[in-house]
Amino acid sequence: MILRRLSVLAVTFLAIVTLIFGLLRLAPGGPFDGERALPPEIEANLRAAYHLDEPVPRQYLRWLGNLLEGDLGPSFSQKDFSVNDLIAEGLPVSLTIGVLALIIALFIGVIAGTTAARHPGGMIDGLIMSVVSLGLAIPGIIAAPVAVLVFAILLQWLPASGIGSPAHYIMPCVTAALPYAAAIARLVRGAVAESLLEPHVLTARSKGLPELRILWRHVMPLAALPVVSYLGPLAAGLLTGTVVVETVFDLPGIGRYFVQAALNRDYTLVMGVAVVYAGMILIFNFLADLTYRVLDPRIRALA
Amino acid sequence: MSRRLKQICCGSAVAMAASVLLLCIVLLTLTSTSVSGFNAEDVDWESLETPPDDRHWFGTDLVGRDLFTRIAEGGRLSLSIALLATGISVLIGVPYGAIAGYIGGRTDQLMMRLVDTLYALPFVLVVILIVVVVGRNTWALFAGLGAVYWLDIARIVRGQTLRIRNANFILAARALGATTPWIVFRHILPNVAGPALVYATLTVPGIILAESFLSFLGLGVQEPDASWGVLIADGTTTMESAPWTLLFPATFLAITVWSLNLLGDRLRDAYDPARVRA
Repeated sequence: MILRRLSVLAVTFLAIVTLIFGLLRLAPGGPFDGERALPPEIEANLRAAYHLDEPVPRQYLRWLGNLLEGDLGPSFSQKDFSVNDLIAEGLPVSLTIGVLALIIALFIGVIAGTTAARHPGGMIDGLIMSVVSLGLAIPGIIAAPVAVLVFAILLQWLPASGIGSPAHYIMPCVTAALPYAAAIARLVRGAVAESLLEPHVLTARSKGLPELRILWRHVMPLAALPVVSYLGPLAAGLLTGTVVVETVFDLPGIGRYFVQAALNRDYTLVMGVAVVYAGMILIFNFLADLTYRVLDPRIRALA
Repeated sequence: MSRRLKQICCGSAVAMAASVLLLCIVLLTLTSTSVSGFNAEDVDWESLETPPDDRHWFGTDLVGRDLFTRIAEGGRLSLSIALLATGISVLIGVPYGAIAGYIGGRTDQLMMRLVDTLYALPFVLVVILIVVVVGRNTWALFAGLGAVYWLDIARIVRGQTLRIRNANFILAARALGATTPWIVFRHILPNVAGPALVYATLTVPGIILAESFLSFLGLGVQEPDASWGVLIADGTTTMESAPWTLLFPATFLAITVWSLNLLGDRLRDAYDPARVRA
């Protein structure tokens, strides 16, 4: 079962990688179409050096071969750096922000959602859900600069940009996490409210179990399912979030390279980062899928 | 229909507030210059980066442009892009889902596998790739947004099509010798159009956010045009000396998305019988 899914994963990855390559070959203009036109002979030499003069299928196979060896090629815009160097440099920063934001989003989302579901229709529920609907309407491009304005410029509690100390990570991670914390809270509220009405929860309650134990042992396993199936879109969303916070807080992560590469038409860097992103998303989806199977006995029984 | 619509938009105090706010914003974007007396490109050399006063209600930006007018015009652009991109996603998603659902079998599996694969890709990735390929202009943005957002609609329409594909009137049409395209376009599409439109309206706030995200990064709407995302990006660079250049466009974007989310949820609850609570 896992083997089959792994092979599907590999095929999907190949399809996506091919799609990325194909899309970027369609792009007009090359890396040497700068403001200063190069003499045609020199451009021809450069094209030959980068194998851009070969037929497209050859280029594709060459690129794919290099990719399998883990070589993403030289950057077209950053001197002295290969795409590998740039990704190796930026990935730890982006991953740190992404993982921390994921944890913050899950933590806030689960607690807020459960608290709201305990007293549906009550005042706490109304308050939490209003904050949630506000959170869903405030994207990172608003939350991040406003956070800088308030906490770095007005109050001067936190550093405005860069990395260096743990305090530098607080604002980026929290602002990237907020919209997704809101989305998770909404999901959890629905799921917990529904499972609280299940017969087995009523049984647990009639046995006189403490409320926390009921929530943890009898409600959470059920309520976790929709959250786990949301993990895939969540990962994609956090990726968007890290791109924004890396730009606003001036952090040297791969998201910022990606945007700069897109603006500069640095094809190899765009392709490299896109491949890394696609790979991470696929692996994350795969893990989420496995978790879902482990959590839901009905699916385990079918397999 | 109209009674239902009234119930959705004015059913509660919050919904009423959302409808009124949305209406005001739409009216504002349509009448901007005549209300403020400025053009979005007009440069007021006397007042660069001035805080809000009775001449410039929302203040001016770094080069002395009236922020109120820029926000109104930016909103017009943001909203039109969102509506057009939604239109594109409907044009792609509805026939795609209807064809997959009606033909069924291997074709269906193949077509939906493609949708699943595209789903696995984060939207930023796809749109940025498209922007790199097509170049930075507003049309590329449409193509990119429409190309991503049709997936949801295709899924919904396929589901609806599966429900009615063996209904009597379809069987009758088939027995009369109607061709597959005829059945899909004359019999299936009109019957799945309702849910498709409901879900299309649900994607509008998502597209507004996506567009502002791309414009914020410099990959979407380009100067001299300005959408809300561009204005927020501008405001971010000048927020230290002129916080209003960030706060006003941010507020407008947030209010619009909040209202659309709220009304969209009510719309879905009203039209989706499975979600009606006992």
